Amino acid sequence: MGTEMTGADIVVQALTDLGVEVVFGYPGGAVLPIYDALFQQNRIRHILVRHEQAAVHAAEGYARSSGKVGVVLVTSGPGATNAVTGITDALMDSIPLVVLTGQVPTHLIGTDAFQECDTVGITRHCSKHNYLVQETARLGPVLHEAFYIARSGRPGPVVIDIPKDVQIMKARYTKPGVISHKTYKPQVKGDLAAIEAAVDMLAAAERPILYTGGGVINSGPVASQLLRELAKATGAPVTSTLMGLGSVPDDHPQFLGMLGMHGSYEANMAMNKCDLMLCLGARFDDRVTGRLDAFSPTSRKIHVDIDRSSFNKTVRVDLAIQGDVGSVMEDMLKVWRARGHRAADQKAWWEQIKGWRSRNSFGFEQKGEALLPQKAIQRLYEMTKARKPIISTEVGQHQMWAAQHFGFHEPNKWLTSGGLGTMGYGLPAAIGAQLAYPGALVIDIAGEASIQMNIQELGTATQYRLPVKVFIINNEYMGMVRQWQELNHGGRYSESYSDSLPDFVKLAEAYGWKGITIEGPDDLDAGIQAMIDHPGPVMVDCRVAKLANCFPMIPSGASHTDMILSAADERGEADDDAKALV
Amino acid sequence: MKHLPSERHTLSILVDNEAGVLARIVGLFSARGYNIESLTVADVSDDHAVSRITVVTNGPPPVIDQIMAQLDRLVPVHKVVDLTDWGPHVEREMALVKVAGTGDKRVEALRLADIFRARPVDTSTASFVFEVSGSSEKVNQFIALMREVGLVEVARTGVVAIARGAEAV
Ligand SMILES: Cc1ncc(C[n+]2csc(CCOP(=O)(O)OP(=O)(O)O)c2C)c(N)n1
Ligand SMILES: [Mg+2]
Repeated sequence: MGTEMTGADIVVQALTDLGVEVVFGYPGGAVLPIYDALFQQNRIRHILVRHEQAAVHAAEGYARSSGKVGVVLVTSGPGATNAVTGITDALMDSIPLVVLTGQVPTHLIGTDAFQECDTVGITRHCSKHNYLVQETARLGPVLHEAFYIARSGRPGPVVIDIPKDVQIMKARYTKPGVISHKTYKPQVKGDLAAIEAAVDMLAAAERPILYTGGGVINSGPVASQLLRELAKATGAPVTSTLMGLGSVPDDHPQFLGMLGMHGSYEANMAMNKCDLMLCLGARFDDRVTGRLDAFSPTSRKIHVDIDRSSFNKTVRVDLAIQGDVGSVMEDMLKVWRARGHRAADQKAWWEQIKGWRSRNSFGFEQKGEALLPQKAIQRLYEMTKARKPIISTEVGQHQMWAAQHFGFHEPNKWLTSGGLGTMGYGLPAAIGAQLAYPGALVIDIAGEASIQMNIQELGTATQYRLPVKVFIINNEYMGMVRQWQELNHGGRYSESYSDSLPDFVKLAEAYGWKGITIEGPDDLDAGIQAMIDHPGPVMVDCRVAKLANCFPMIPSGASHTDMILSAADERGEADDDAKALV
Repeated sequence: MKHLPSERHTLSILVDNEAGVLARIVGLFSARGYNIESLTVADVSDDHAVSRITVVTNGPPPVIDQIMAQLDRLVPVHKVVDLTDWGPHVEREMALVKVAGTGDKRVEALRLADIFRARPVDTSTASFVFEVSGSSEKVNQFIALMREVGLVEVARTGVVAIARGAEAV
């Protein structure tokens, strides 16, 4: 039967029924009825951000750290367009979100009404799916279906555009049972014959490698556990993409570190020289493969992914297994044990890996006055690791140094914008994670340029008493841009200097935060300690060497074997083909 | 993989007949740089719930596989079938071809139309509109001939296709 309610009440009731505890949003004319309904209840907490882009990133941080669906509520027109960057970010990194947008009333749609925009048109290709709800009676079913789509299969953002009259009109609402969709049916179990073939290939390999990605995190904490078991059973080295860090502990003896453009020498060399690559929930992104025609030329490749379109997109694989990576690993382990496989003799392989490892590609030497950014992150890690912190980042060199020098031991502790590379992600993402885990130490490792892209969110943290920490690696440059200009454009630093920086300490204080400056190596530990000890939000302006480059690096257009390990290997100005690559 | 030789493939896509679904499909092709040679769409079920879209595309085999996979993951897509891979199937296209002229040209146009089994569906003393259907090559050929006898304009449906035999795709 169901009770008759307004559309706005249906939205709130359905969210409650779906177990939603937190909504990130910003009000406006086209969502006033929903805000009114939120006002009159106390089951769902609304977090008022300062910009809609930040609402989406905060929901991403909440989702990525907790495994739940992040929920966003914004108004029509500018509210919706401001959310687009966040929605695209969530699509690229497969983060489950439901984004509710207000819309002008149905009879005004298409008339260029005040604050009208074609939200479903604009978000059609940057969301996993979207809806324009034209009848109040459809609201309940659409909301439940949207959550199902957002979190199942390859997770992603789902947008629901709700005209204002649909929020006001009444209809009956009943909580539905199990959702099944007539066309959308994600495949969770992998094909058993393919899994058996994969296990035999793995058992026979002399130089295997497990190449793991964000899919392992998305599959849930059990998948990280299964990955560790699979590593143990097979004895194979493990490398992870940026998105997958934490699925295997950083200090695991079989872990080679991150791979790709700024990955470790041993990870990239092992990818290049392996005879069997088992890709688990990663997607052969260009930041990982480097030059495609030179990518792992001698290996047979197995790819496990829940999204069929990830297979053979850029790299041809020998065996593709569609399914949830956790479920497939579970079956692989069963088959492995049932067949009595033992890890093959990989002595020669590990000898080789040891050789590559000995190059110590993440190594650096702190000497002199200027604090090396790597050192700052290494100390931040050492001084906070006992607290098992959640780390978010902005985008740039600091992000790569954080990936290299901060050790992750568990899944869901590392929040970074990988696919879209969105500056301004880190602070709101940290706020979202802090809401999911109020007692956790949550730190945004930031750049002085990126942090300014969503700096207004300092106010959000203050308002909700969130003890978020922002640790700015301040090199006074858009360091990653400057590095590319140095390597590819003859050192012409066009518009990459961070001029007219604010006094970050005063800025922090203006928002009710504590501000700390770290001037150099001598006050690093004290600054970090003061940050940890302060119970409220803290912004640390950590001044680092201005011209440090992030190494190792596979230059654009180069292969895994052409890594630059240090400044000494830098080549001259890049050729035009390399320059054309992003 | 994009450097392999291109192949022409005819795809049948069954979709929920809902607002925006065509935009999803067309947008996917343009966003990912896939080609559309022709596209037709119509509601094909009793209850107006399902539409059938026929797309003729071209690309190297791995790209065709990608197109299939990308289409398949759109939420309102029920089924995607590559008829070219599936096997024997029929492809047909219809065109309306307007020809103007008098005297010998007019007689010749009628004679050629007869050979192609094209029917005049509109006639004036100075023009014909022919309806011609068949494979795309046949339609092309007919249009090419009409050029010599006073072609004015053409409207084409694009390809519709269905598998041969008793089974549905
Ligand atoms: C929204 C957005 N605009 C532009 C870029 C391009 N970009 C990538 S890194 C970077 C510089 C970041 O500078 P900073 O935050 O200081 O980090 P650093 O590299 O110095 O550590 C820029 C401009 C981006 N990734 N995102
Ligand atoms: Mg910087």
